[in-house]
Amino acid sequence: MTAWTGISEIKQKIAETSAEEVTASYLETIGKSCINGFITTWDKALEAARGIDTGGHEGPLAGVPIAIKDNISTTGLSTTCSSKILQGYVPPYDAHVIEKLRAAGAVILGKTNMDEFAMGTSTESSYYGATLNPWDAARVPGGSSGGSAAVVAAGEAPVSLGSDTGGSVRCPAAFCGVVGLKPTYGCISRFGLISYANSLEQIGPLATNVADIATLMDVIAGYDPRDSTSINRENTYSNAMKDDVKGLKIGVPEEYFGEGIDEDVEKLVWDAIGKYEDMGASWKKVSMPHTKYALASYYIIAMSEASSNLARFDGTRYGFRADGDNWHVMASKTRAQGFGEEVKRRILLGTYALSAGYHDKYYLKSLKVRTLVKQDFDRALAEVDVLMGPTMPTPAFRIGEKIDDPLSLYLADVNTVPINLAGVPSISLPCGFVEGMPVGLQIIGKHFDENTVLRAAYSFEQNTEHHTRRPGEVA
Amino acid sequence: MITKEEVEHVGWLARVEIDEKESDVYAEKLNSVLDYFGQLDEVDTKDVPPTYHVMDVVNVFREDVVKESMPQDIVLSNTEHKKEGNFKSPRIM
Repeated sequence: MTAWTGISEIKQKIAETSAEEVTASYLETIGKSCINGFITTWDKALEAARGIDTGGHEGPLAGVPIAIKDNISTTGLSTTCSSKILQGYVPPYDAHVIEKLRAAGAVILGKTNMDEFAMGTSTESSYYGATLNPWDAARVPGGSSGGSAAVVAAGEAPVSLGSDTGGSVRCPAAFCGVVGLKPTYGCISRFGLISYANSLEQIGPLATNVADIATLMDVIAGYDPRDSTSINRENTYSNAMKDDVKGLKIGVPEEYFGEGIDEDVEKLVWDAIGKYEDMGASWKKVSMPHTKYALASYYIIAMSEASSNLARFDGTRYGFRADGDNWHVMASKTRAQGFGEEVKRRILLGTYALSAGYHDKYYLKSLKVRTLVKQDFDRALAEVDVLMGPTMPTPAFRIGEKIDDPLSLYLADVNTVPINLAGVPSISLPCGFVEGMPVGLQIIGKHFDENTVLRAAYSFEQNTEHHTRRPGEVA
Repeated sequence: MITKEEVEHVGWLARVEIDEKESDVYAEKLNSVLDYFGQLDEVDTKDVPPTYHVMDVVNVFREDVVKESMPQDIVLSNTEHKKEGNFKSPRIM
């Protein structure tokens, strides 16, 4: 187990030794791993690091190793979405974020495990087996970016990228005791991110500390004409690294402490809010009355979009192909054998929700409820600067505990999905431990006001010790 | 309630083969989720417009300029099923 090393310490190590040595030490740690966080390591990582050493690269991430979720396209490096249907697929192009990372000098270590097509809260639905939580190998790391969070927590990568459609960066960040940001919708180009639910998802960074999140955002955010929902807006995220929340107005949505919340989690989040008060911020309760309908609305929209987005996986152009004597039979068998159970359930439900006779009842209704959820955020965030609550209602649950009951897994996303419906930014950072398992505090901001969210998170980190605790060896 | 027959029909629409044994299991699991979705019926959405997208961007255009495409051999590099520069699939009709 290597120590948790942030970007600034990595750069120092590179200056003292070399990028190649730093990358080699991470590859060695990955080689000994027993958490199944990586699906693939990049066979050219050392070569890339050597290139940084000899080329005198001066990019902001020169030689910094990074792990990438396996739904983000990487030229020449297998990208599977943890699905059998994409087994052997090697993208012929880089995602926008990968182009940016390479230009900044980052060294890609490999691709991380996830719930198949990012559909899950536990990383148990991967075709490549579950990832284990570094704090307790009997528990899930959260999902769907479980690999990206677990490898950072285990010291197998200093930073990583995930994607967040309904909590898929924040949930595993909370369960693994690291920091994860879901940026404002439109902040980061989705070009090259394999779509699950494109009106909801954003790529997001994971790290052991808030400053590294800001450093990554400075590299990967920005306008890209290849994503028509990308927004042209300049921001320097690292400017937000100030230990100052004096006068910050915090809203606490009472609905985020609803049915099913663990008492100890609730207490830790209130302790955190109390800490903010000590630091000079003020708080008040706010009401977001449509929160209880967000989950159903989210799942209907996500499944509907998924049923359309995943139509492209038909065995014709890439990936797995089953035999069939005409195209329809070939495609139906390919998809039946190539997709896992949860992906098929979501495709079927999405197809059903969009089909004649049900479109208005399910899909259109969900889009209208989405408007109401978004208005809840608009109203609440007109009165306060940020909203705070628990990222997840409980600490990480046990492997196998929920996987056979899809609805019980969906319910775990109750505090994360409303944020994606509204498109606002949200961060999860460690705020304490329950029976040795980390708990995440969620801080939500206004559209494109990542800097207030990051400043609030940074200030908390500077005044607490939670982020310094590390998992022991997982046997 | 989604019936076993509807599950098989939706499976065909989505091009996911479902055999008779599986359709029972799917119907049960899908119904528990659809039951939960039914709670949206209690929300009053009269006069509420739908939100397809959270940002105020509509009709994003680009200049109609011809650019180089990805080379054909690269496009075809992820399949063994190809012939004379095309993807090869079983007959459609």
